[in-house]
Amino acid sequence: MARVETDPISTQLEEERDGADGAEPIKPASILLSELVAHLRDNRTELREEWARRITEAQLLTAMNKEEIFAEATSVYDNYVEALKTGTFEALQAYARNLSERIIPRGVETHEVVWIVLLLRDVLARSLFAKYQADFTKLNRILDAYEPAANRIANTVAVGFVQERERIIREQQEAIRELSTPVLQVRERLLILPIIGVIDPHRARQLTEQLLRGIRMNRAKVVVIDITGVAAMDATVANHLVQTVEASRLLGATVIVTGLSPEIAQTIVNIGVDLGKMNTVGDLQGGIEQAERLLGYKVVPFAEAS
Amino acid sequence: MEVPILKQGAFLIATIQAALTDADLLHLRTALLQQVVRCRSRGVIVDVTSLDVMDSFASRTLREIAQMIHLRGAETVIVGIQPEVAFAMVQLGLKLEDVATALDLEEGLAHLKQKFESPA
Repeated sequence: MARVETDPISTQLEEERDGADGAEPIKPASILLSELVAHLRDNRTELREEWARRITEAQLLTAMNKEEIFAEATSVYDNYVEALKTGTFEALQAYARNLSERIIPRGVETHEVVWIVLLLRDVLARSLFAKYQADFTKLNRILDAYEPAANRIANTVAVGFVQERERIIREQQEAIRELSTPVLQVRERLLILPIIGVIDPHRARQLTEQLLRGIRMNRAKVVVIDITGVAAMDATVANHLVQTVEASRLLGATVIVTGLSPEIAQTIVNIGVDLGKMNTVGDLQGGIEQAERLLGYKVVPFAEAS
Repeated sequence: MEVPILKQGAFLIATIQAALTDADLLHLRTALLQQVVRCRSRGVIVDVTSLDVMDSFASRTLREIAQMIHLRGAETVIVGIQPEVAFAMVQLGLKLEDVATALDLEEGLAHLKQKFESPA
């Protein structure tokens, strides 16, 4: 990686050398880079403080307190300098991932992370300007060495953060999917299936399969599907629901659908899905009572029974 | 392959044991319609537990069997449809409307018994 970064620069220097008058011996990029690293090391305390100050000033990382920001800034700074020095990004990548893992749960946003990394880039560039302001050619060359590496570092950190976020989102989606379709037995031969959230074709399929397995395993006669938690329904979803009901019936189970909201009732009638063959009851309680009637249960208060 | 039809009290039980050709299905239909009157049966159970594929012809024939047997004065219950088969059927739009279904043979028998015991 170091070679990939330095090669274009040395070629550039080569070209410059051809045109130069030879006033000053031109140093190769690696030496410039180590000079740069030495500068950053020497000024570690001030630059780090300057950076932390700029972060607080820009009102970033409001989720963390000053000490935490400073501590993180220190380790990011050291990793940054290390990456500049070695030209390898694996350690930084691993660190970025680790950092993201820690700060994402605290509500740190992508724009904050990108901004912070760019702030560091800016702080360091300014210190270089200050140091080499007398010698413009040298500043130019130092920046030539600094820019690609700095850009790459900024890129690595930002991409690492986004990747970590996406990984978390994927994991959560998976978890939600598994949690989202519980088939519960309420009584002997009576199952309930509460549906919460959005039903997409994938989930509808999983839901039906799980329900059919549940019916077979528990030898259910009646199933109450409660859709109180379903916010919206379109023709596709309604048809999925009808399919679930039909499939359950083929296994000999009666399905009662409960909790259709007024909006969903209107939508279903408007789009003309035939729900005529479906048993519907207002709420979950009513559905369970109806199911108990179908199964021949009668729930009476204890006093009345004795 | 011939489907055995067993008499069990007032009911007939036809257990399909392997995938059937269309001709076998039609043969089953004829045999059931003859036997249901000969045995004075009040109910017929068709057990499809071992079927792992149900095409449109099979499901239409099962539906016709149910309707014809109804005309001959008895009730039909289809039992033992596998969950995967049920799922595939509804996706293909094969719904076996107006045909009674039950989880397995035991449930089917219970269904018929309940139907004939209650005066309604």
